[in-house]
Amino acid sequence: MEAVITPVAPRVHYLNVNYGWRSWLFTIDHKRIALLYLVSITLFFFLGGLFAVLIRIKLLTPGTALVTPETYNKLFTMHGIIMVFFFLIPSIPAVLGNFLIPLMIGARDVAFPRLNLASWYLFNLAGLIILYAVVNGGVDTGWTFYPPYSSNFANTNVAAAVLAIFVAGFSSILTGLNFVVTIHSMRAPGLTWFRLPLFVWSMYATSIIFILGTPVLAITLLLVGAERLLHIGVFDPAYGGDPVLFQHLFWFYSHPAVYIMVLPSMGIISEIVPTFSRKQIYGYKFIAFSSVAIAVLGFLVWGHHLFVSGQSVYAGMVFSFLSYAVAIPSAVKVFNWTATLHKSSLSFDAPMLYAFGFIGLFTIGGLTGLFVAALGVNVHVHDTYFVIAHFHYIMVGGAVMGYLGGIHYWWPKISGRRYPEGWARLAALIVFVGFNLTFFPQFLLGYMGMPRRYYAYPPEFQTLNVMSTAGASILGIGYVLPLIYLIWSMRYGPVAESNPWPSTGLEWQTTSPPPTNNFEKTPVVTNEPYDFPELARQRATIALEQSEQSA
Amino acid sequence: MAQSLAPHSTQVAHQFDSAEQQRDAATLGMWIFLATEIMFFGGLFTTYSVYRALHPLAFAEVSRHLNITLGTINTAVLIGSSFTMALAVYGAQHSRRKMLVLCLVLTMLLGSLFLGIKFYEYYQKFVEHFVPGSSFQFQAPYTREAEMFFSLYFLMTGLHALHMIVGLGLLMTLTILAWRGRFSASYYNPVELSGLYWHFVDLIWIFLYPLLYLIGHHLH
Repeated sequence: MEAVITPVAPRVHYLNVNYGWRSWLFTIDHKRIALLYLVSITLFFFLGGLFAVLIRIKLLTPGTALVTPETYNKLFTMHGIIMVFFFLIPSIPAVLGNFLIPLMIGARDVAFPRLNLASWYLFNLAGLIILYAVVNGGVDTGWTFYPPYSSNFANTNVAAAVLAIFVAGFSSILTGLNFVVTIHSMRAPGLTWFRLPLFVWSMYATSIIFILGTPVLAITLLLVGAERLLHIGVFDPAYGGDPVLFQHLFWFYSHPAVYIMVLPSMGIISEIVPTFSRKQIYGYKFIAFSSVAIAVLGFLVWGHHLFVSGQSVYAGMVFSFLSYAVAIPSAVKVFNWTATLHKSSLSFDAPMLYAFGFIGLFTIGGLTGLFVAALGVNVHVHDTYFVIAHFHYIMVGGAVMGYLGGIHYWWPKISGRRYPEGWARLAALIVFVGFNLTFFPQFLLGYMGMPRRYYAYPPEFQTLNVMSTAGASILGIGYVLPLIYLIWSMRYGPVAESNPWPSTGLEWQTTSPPPTNNFEKTPVVTNEPYDFPELARQRATIALEQSEQSA
Repeated sequence: MAQSLAPHSTQVAHQFDSAEQQRDAATLGMWIFLATEIMFFGGLFTTYSVYRALHPLAFAEVSRHLNITLGTINTAVLIGSSFTMALAVYGAQHSRRKMLVLCLVLTMLLGSLFLGIKFYEYYQKFVEHFVPGSSFQFQAPYTREAEMFFSLYFLMTGLHALHMIVGLGLLMTLTILAWRGRFSASYYNPVELSGLYWHFVDLIWIFLYPLLYLIGHHLH
């Protein structure tokens, strides 16, 4: 029987401690910075989504429709750049990571609060530059910027785009640096590494990738910019250069980047599943170490993007083998989440619905990754819609669903309010249905030979394309609903108690919303993580005290 | 490296529980930043390595057109500046303000000397038509590879010089603070961390020098 605790809103907390635009734009409070990021990232999500809508409308028709082929190239390029660099990579780390990491470790803030604010400003500066590129005519090289097209032949805003991504990269690097130092140096007394929440482990692994990978992207894009602006031929065969070297350097970052996108989301699932199963997570150490393993192995597989680019077959074999290896720690996580569900006490609140969606859709995305990682199959599916479906299953079916699940799960902590559960469950279901209708047909299209990034396609593929567009419209509705009801709930939602679900973890030991310094007193940790029986005992005590006080 | 905890000489920021925690966090932060710098330069070193492996004789021949005298002098200058920087840290650790300020100033002078020599080299290259672009000239058979070599030369040393300029700015700030008596045996971490950065920039040059200037000199 759940102990019922009456919610009481704190008088003063981080949202109302002061007012005015200066108190937000010059804040050093990690929680406010997280919300600043939430606004920026949401704007970019819908901008990237707008490009997706235009793409899908065009693809209703096999031939000429809506835009010219040149404009179509710009649409998929801008969709990719904005979704990858301005939404997926920053989203969970900058919003939920920033908000939660100090709370989860019992600290007052991150190690370098002003650097944290600087990260946000850099992100917005990058955003302004990319918006300039969009407005000034876009970029048409694909988000992958392959030379020689990007360096020698494109007539679009390549230099502005690479500059924007370069600046955004520094935003990421500083965030990763901040998180690693915070987690190492500022854990509360008693909070040993193996008592950390798994979200913190996943953020730590993600931050390692930020730190080691992003600088390589930075220098690679700098070289493309230098080729364009200074006409030096680092990737140009006319000077003894090699365009495939760009691909190696680019993917050396961009492959680990996809783990930046998915690891935090996996961390969220590791928080949601035990809470809504009311059960200790199965295999804590396996999940913790698997995050680190993914970060390490993720740096060793970049060549699987170059199987058909003229890379040697022997290199291809090594990268293929390692790509299979990197799937293992991900599978370990899925097995452990599933084992947690066994003999548990399940509830199906919206965060849990998103978590279930994640587990199923990420599994499909991950397994189809193995298809693509097989050398022979890769020749058939490379640069087709099969690959597009594969990575959208992971990025959208996985990462975005985890992000939405996390936003809902921690919403009471962030806002002090509960969101409307009925609407949230409906939205989660709409997202799930819309997503599958959008992207499952793309597996079929790709396998049957429809190339990616093509403006026109053979008429026999039209039915599946129409299904995909229909799915995208449904998916869009699913995304707009939370925007509406979450904002609504900030004013009209029921007041949330400190620990509404309830769950274990230090973030739930302070008020909803937390005070600026997070905790009245620095907590001392003595429990193992996800200790639900102990939680139930503590809450029964609190409920008893409350009823005695009111009697 | 023991630091006595004198609560009145160190301002502890609100997020930290103690001066020691603050110091440890800052130190870890600087080491991580240097790791990112290694990866940043690493992309250029990788590119250089690939092209040198593809065109070994060309690179060796073109390298002979760099001014090895100036390059060697610069190497000595930079190593010397790392020495004066280490002395500055020593001065800070022992509350020797005058020594600290003097050594910081010497470090900046040596750093500026390095940059002066470097930019003179760049000017020389410009005059010799070795700057990549429309006016580039190099005799056959290595014209193509020479332009690649010089592109990498300017990119790598240019990025290094940019880091040195930032380093000089850092040292200038440090010198002003040191002059005002900010640092002592109970608070000298910023000097130490700036020293780390400066040594790192020196280390990059120590790799750049043989890779750019010393290829194939033994083949003469």
